Amino acid sequence: MSMFKIFNVSGSAVSAQTQRLNVVASNLANADTVAGPDRQAYKARHVVFSTTPMGEVGTAGVNVSQITEDNSPGRRVHDPKHPQADAEGYVTYSNVNAVEEMVNMISASRSYQNNVEVMNTAKTLLNKTLQMGQGG
Amino acid sequence: MLNQLTDSLNFNATALTLRSERQRLIASNIANADTPGYTARDFNFSDALSQATGRTSSAQTPLGGGARLKMTASQGGHMGLNGVSGQAAGARPELNYASAAQTNLDNNTVDMDRERASFADNTVRYEATLRFINGQVRTLNTAITGQ
Repeated sequence: MSMFKIFNVSGSAVSAQTQRLNVVASNLANADTVAGPDRQAYKARHVVFSTTPMGEVGTAGVNVSQITEDNSPGRRVHDPKHPQADAEGYVTYSNVNAVEEMVNMISASRSYQNNVEVMNTAKTLLNKTLQMGQGG
Repeated sequence: MLNQLTDSLNFNATALTLRSERQRLIASNIANADTPGYTARDFNFSDALSQATGRTSSAQTPLGGGARLKMTASQGGHMGLNGVSGQAAGARPELNYASAAQTNLDNNTVDMDRERASFADNTVRYEATLRFINGQVRTLNTAITGQ
């Protein structure tokens, strides 16, 4: 029965979206992190999705092939009284763009919902198929 | 006599199998809605059904732009249009690639609205086919028990 594969496909998508949501959460949590003594502030991370074939032609799941670090420079704020300020009085914050992360979060949550709905529909159909010929 | 009893059941069983194939295909498209470079795939259900049941479909596709030309596979290693082996392609429905409804930078051609609509449509038709089968089984039962 080829429809059982739907659970693998949508399941892989759901777990990939969960990972994306996780990365968004850690980015947002570290949005205001200040650079430590090594002058390295938190760098925003992004997931990269790729397609994984699952057996037959046209059955394609998703996996997270890598997590990349955003190397753009961090936000620098002039605040000489800050304990982490450098010699010129600047504090380096992380390079997380909060708006971008929020958009990413909404997109991930919608995709998650879509895939859950696909799995629910497949489950209903399979249940009905199991009752085939029982006078239902 | 017995094969006459089950002939129409066979037809509906083939339709049900193809519906579940399509369901799986659309699920893959929805799953890959955010994957860069993914190309959505689908197949023409009526063509696939007539191919699977051995009926000619030339009269049934007035909108399809006529019959599609098939590539000849004269040797075992020849590829069909879908990347599957040319000689084995007859057993499976012919998959087509969807082009993007709106261009985007990551070359993903999944149109979520279209996929959701196709998914709902396919679900209803799958259930319809199931009902046809159930109805036929009920008819056969009535005929057998004579009540």
